Amino acid sequence: MDVSQYLEIFIDETREHIQNLSDHIMVLEQEPDNADTINEIFRAAHSLKGMAGTMGYKRMQHLTHMMENVFSEVRNGTVKVTSSMVDVLFQCLDAVEAYLEEIVNTTMEGENDNEPIIKLLNGFLEKDKKAEEEKDKEEEKAPVDEPPREIKLSEFEINAISEALTKGMNVFKIRVHVDENCILKAARAFLVFKALEELGEIIKSDPSVQDIEDEKFEFDFTVIIVTNSDKDATTKAVSNVLEIKRVDTEPITEVSKPIMTSEPKEEEPPKEKQEEKTEVAKTETAPAKTPEKKAAPLAKSGAGKPVVNRTIRVDIEKLDVLMNLVSELIIAKNGLVSTSNNDSKEKNSGFNEQIEYLERVTTNLHESVMKVRMMPIETVTQKFPKMVRDLSKKLNKQMRLTMTGEDTELDRTVIDELGDPLMHLLRNSADHGLESEELRKERGKDPVGSIILNAFQDGNNVVIEVGDDGNGIDVEAVKQKALEKGAITPEQGDTMSDKEIIDLLFQPSFSTAKVVSDVSGRGVGLDVVKTKIESLGGAIEVKTALGEGSTFSIRLPLTLAIIQALMVEIGYEKYAISLDSIQAIEDVLKTDIKYVQSKEVINLRGNVIPIIRLHEILDIEKIEDEENDNLTVVIIKKGDKQAGLVVDRLIGQQEIVIKSLGSYIDSGNKLISGATILGNGDVALILDANTLI
Amino acid sequence: MEENLIEVQSTQYIVVDLGIEQYGIDIKYVDNIVRMQNITRVPHSQHFFRGVINLRGEVVPVMSLRRKFGLEDDEFTDKTRIIILKPAQQEAMGIVVDNVKEVVSLESDNIEKVQNSKEEKRHIFAVGKNQGSLISLLNVNVIFDDLN
Repeated sequence: MDVSQYLEIFIDETREHIQNLSDHIMVLEQEPDNADTINEIFRAAHSLKGMAGTMGYKRMQHLTHMMENVFSEVRNGTVKVTSSMVDVLFQCLDAVEAYLEEIVNTTMEGENDNEPIIKLLNGFLEKDKKAEEEKDKEEEKAPVDEPPREIKLSEFEINAISEALTKGMNVFKIRVHVDENCILKAARAFLVFKALEELGEIIKSDPSVQDIEDEKFEFDFTVIIVTNSDKDATTKAVSNVLEIKRVDTEPITEVSKPIMTSEPKEEEPPKEKQEEKTEVAKTETAPAKTPEKKAAPLAKSGAGKPVVNRTIRVDIEKLDVLMNLVSELIIAKNGLVSTSNNDSKEKNSGFNEQIEYLERVTTNLHESVMKVRMMPIETVTQKFPKMVRDLSKKLNKQMRLTMTGEDTELDRTVIDELGDPLMHLLRNSADHGLESEELRKERGKDPVGSIILNAFQDGNNVVIEVGDDGNGIDVEAVKQKALEKGAITPEQGDTMSDKEIIDLLFQPSFSTAKVVSDVSGRGVGLDVVKTKIESLGGAIEVKTALGEGSTFSIRLPLTLAIIQALMVEIGYEKYAISLDSIQAIEDVLKTDIKYVQSKEVINLRGNVIPIIRLHEILDIEKIEDEENDNLTVVIIKKGDKQAGLVVDRLIGQQEIVIKSLGSYIDSGNKLISGATILGNGDVALILDANTLI
Repeated sequence: MEENLIEVQSTQYIVVDLGIEQYGIDIKYVDNIVRMQNITRVPHSQHFFRGVINLRGEVVPVMSLRRKFGLEDDEFTDKTRIIILKPAQQEAMGIVVDNVKEVVSLESDNIEKVQNSKEEKRHIFAVGKNQGSLISLLNVNVIFDDLN
């Protein structure tokens, strides 16, 4: 069978299951007796096995099958969860992930049999082989115990059946069990119906066809069919449908009371009965604490109808098209605005109203489209707990990761790029930040190191902080290292502030770890993080106190495509400056400009701010304007730093659509971060305030 | 059938004026020809870029072939055009030309490959002959390769 079309779904779902497993195994480590967790792990392993089997990934199937076996033992209480088991389980997960990666890259699962892991898993099983055999029997028996479902027939249906019987046709009552891992139960059921309709006429189905289409059924349904085919052919037609676990066909030879109850019964009760039954069964098999008992059956009944995260997968290209349309709408709006400015005499209120309306529409449209592109950062952070756990083992340090604000949303393109930098910072905290256990005790700290990841929205930005309560950054050590490497001269070293020295960490090839470890410190470090963050339009800062820990905070713009900007004119050229980076606009007397180290500065309410003459750094011909004693200065900020940009004229605030300059033009010093299209169709460049400071 | 075969062997070129020379650009690279418009200068960019223009909502860089070939700087007239080139799978770029003359079909007989030892001449891969005049055929790929 060609399953390639399902590959994407398989990959997505496998990822979800792996994540689910990872989460629950983490819980299991803390609470080895948690019945819910054990069940959840069992189910996830079972689903993985089923999916891998369907797709023909034998090795992956084998491995997950072993996991499932181990957990069915755990569930039966014959095997106890130990910390060594948890370790093996994590190895399993890594192995499954490796398979998945291989599949993503090559569509093949690779050659690794993972024998050692399977052996370890077998080790847990062999301790109690008998129990397993018993359990197998139990499993075989189990379905038989299910209560046969009664079907009520209307008079018309009874007539139809008896008529068919008199004509010598066969009537079968077919009970179809859909595989519990089946993704699209309704679709499978539909295929069953289609197969049956080719053979004969379906007289009755329970639940009703409508309910089946809406997936309002557990894992089985019953149909009554009138057909000329014999029993085997009919059964076979149904079993040929994929993901059908079992088909029970029984012929109906007479329409009599046993198969129908005239008693008017709701369709729901039998279902409920069944659920009660599973609940009872659960209580028997999993002797758990009372509050947890309730949750398991609930989860089960919820499985039929997904309650959480109803999502649609949208091709990102389609979204981009939508985004572009909105961009054009905004350009059109800007065009209207500029015409309205041109002939101010003929401006009438209706025209203005139209513009206001258009403005409202575009803003709303922009917002809603942006929302579609937004994803919670959870999608990247959810793999971190396991990573920290692995790090803890590898580095032999105890540590605890606390995450908050995982539901903070960011643009999808940003999220996709954010994983690596965050992972790097966490590793940094674990490896360089946190001290060894002995040292922590010596310093009177909790032997378990604490790492935090905190995300929150701040105006038009999202801030993500990664911090630890470890050693902090040793400024002297950094300085020594910089001197050793020749990154700075001893004279420079003497005059540099702590902050400047810490900033050296973001220089390429600068790692303070004395020993190059497997975890971090290969020399590609914070500079890569910084580059990445800046390429996303963000900024990174670090706060540190020696002996108390350090915190890296990443500031990212909520959206990348459309920003509020201040339009300014320098000479005859127009430039846009992002409002986010603007602190104030000041009129400064030319005589107020002072010189510090032969550089121009102004003293603004006690702050000494360097002045940047934009026409100089942008090579713009200056229009001589000696009459004016004032300079218009736009004060921009980046973190704690400020600078004043001298411009000739302010045009005003505008919502602008950011366009890339493309890859051909190399503007050298990155002063220009992009371009935008103005109302009159001209292109204006966007100044990157960050690089100016 | 026979006619079709001959068709295949000829290539269409857009003939443009640049200084005293005529250049031919393979039509398959040409996306659009637009009139001269405001070009926004990009500070500190390569000297042969005049800047960027707005082409139907997209920002497209514009190169001066005169600057690239070391000729006198462009003089904009009402005949000046920007030819938007877009090789498959690459970003578009405009080039400024003095005048767009015509489109000619050159058969392979009329195209003479040139060996270019000189560095500044490698943008021309052949010379085409058309009714007595010579057309230098631009190697568009080389121009784009230089940028990547």
